[in-house]
Amino acid sequence: MSRAFVEIDNVAMRYGGVEGTLALEGCSMNVAEGEFVAVVGPSGCGKSTLMRLVSGLWPATDGNVVVAGREVDEPLSLVGMAFQNPTLLPWRRILDNVMLPLEVVPAHRARLRRERPAYEQKALDLLKLVGLEGFGAKYPYQLSGGMQQRTSLCRALIHEPPLLMLDEPFSALDVFTREDLWDVLQQVWMARKPTVILVTHDLREAAYLADRVLVMSSRPGRIIAERKVPFPRPRTMETTFLPEFTALVADLRAYIAAARRGEEVV
Amino acid sequence: MSAKANARLIAMAAAARRHRRLQAWLPWIVIFGTFGLWELVVRAFGIVPFILPAPSDIFEAAVKWWKPLLDDSLQTLFTTLVGFGLAVVAGLLLGVAIGSSTLVYKGLYPLLIAFNSIPKVAVVPVLIVWFGIGVWPAIITAFLISFFPILVNVATGIATVEPELRDVLRALGARPVDIIRKVGLPRAMPYFFASLKIAITVAFVGSIIAESVAPNAGIGRLMMVASSRFDVPLVFAGLITTGLMGIMLYWIAEWIERRTTGWATRSTEGSNFTPGG
Ligand SMILES: Nc1ncnc2c1ncn2[C@@H]1O[C@H](COP(=O)(O)OP(=O)(O)O)[C@@H](O)[C@H]1O
Ligand SMILES: [Mg+2]
Repeated sequence: MSRAFVEIDNVAMRYGGVEGTLALEGCSMNVAEGEFVAVVGPSGCGKSTLMRLVSGLWPATDGNVVVAGREVDEPLSLVGMAFQNPTLLPWRRILDNVMLPLEVVPAHRARLRRERPAYEQKALDLLKLVGLEGFGAKYPYQLSGGMQQRTSLCRALIHEPPLLMLDEPFSALDVFTREDLWDVLQQVWMARKPTVILVTHDLREAAYLADRVLVMSSRPGRIIAERKVPFPRPRTMETTFLPEFTALVADLRAYIAAARRGEEVV
Repeated sequence: MSAKANARLIAMAAAARRHRRLQAWLPWIVIFGTFGLWELVVRAFGIVPFILPAPSDIFEAAVKWWKPLLDDSLQTLFTTLVGFGLAVVAGLLLGVAIGSSTLVYKGLYPLLIAFNSIPKVAVVPVLIVWFGIGVWPAIITAFLISFFPILVNVATGIATVEPELRDVLRALGARPVDIIRKVGLPRAMPYFFASLKIAITVAFVGSIIAESVAPNAGIGRLMMVASSRFDVPLVFAGLITTGLMGIMLYWIAEWIERRTTGWATRSTEGSNFTPGG
């Protein structure tokens, strides 16, 4: 068993002062190095907040966040992020969009000018990996939503971040495109084994991709349940038809329903 | 494809061509139509040139006074462009500062709005006291009047960077200045160029206002002098020259906009793309 790469210990997060919204409270979880964890939970329970805390974009109000053995108190430059919205820069070609992080991350920035061809080759390889070979010279508007999201994934990966944070990256896509991208992500993960935290509200997606699924309570969010996903990789659409898979998804659904009922009682 | 489908496609293409041709010609038809109608009305009702000169009278005056018209136009063009150039520099710098810092925004914005609400024609006498009669009042009025639209647009472009994109970059260890350079500024460019079209036309108005209040040189002075001599056709010649220069400057600004920030409008065309495969 490898050591915990991300340790979240009893974290609380309150937005906007003493009377503000309490988004997280008593939230604890660990993620091992190279592990793929999915976080599911009712909407508004603080999943995106959790992502911001782990990547150091906001300081936690209480508790500790430790990543790679270091307490997080400022943005870490070892994180790759992707969101529901691909947020590509419309004035840059796809290849240049993918290479944006290299112009920013201090370690790469210095070397980019000298080793440009090597870096470009890396970006092209990534594009190929996600099925966008030959699209490097196009502009984002020339690509479909699914292709833009693939690009966004490449941008999150180009600097080889040890930690990948994905906040509902596929939720704006139609179901066929989404399932294609599950396979793309699975392939990327199997090829590079980064530590991944995937936030999603699609329980099948969580079960398809993750080693472990964590369920969050409604706001203030904390982890209330955890399920290991036993299926061997590569998983395929056939996996999703297994009775065990269906049962797992049903269990997760029951947890979320309980969490939401909790919300109504309180 | 069937013959019927082919015929339809050809007919549709022809209709589209006709439509585009009409669009290209329409402004000219409207302009010449207006002048024609104007000439007709003046002649039909026997309106004296002193009240409303006919286009032919105006043309005659313009030919007769072509030298002062040209000299004064160039003078106005000069003060306009200098004032506008200063406004571009100042608007960009302050716009970036205001767009990227809430503190600067909160601190400066009320003052800037108050300043922008002051009618510039009221400032000209003060400028004359400070700088004397000469090119400076016109330049500074052009600057003052055109600086605000640039500033507001640049600030908007920079301030409205998507929070998620900001997060992506900050999570990579980007400093605020990186975010402005890589995202804020390029993103503000369409706003900036759109504002140039407005700014260049109002800069022109600013120059002419100053020239009319402090008649030293320029097309504004020419019109003041002409109207004091009751030479109404020449006043109109000046007005039309002004309009022509305004259109010209607008076109130049628009051309630069199209050349530099095509990406901002291209996304709505998108017809030149056939999905792979
Ligand atoms: N920047 C913010 N300022 C104030 N409140 C916020 C902010 N971001 C999120 N919240 C609040 O925190 C709670 C959790 O939000 P979020 O983490 O985005 O939930 P999720 O991603 O699970 O849907 C919500 O009630 C939301 O309104
Ligand atoms: Mg969210």
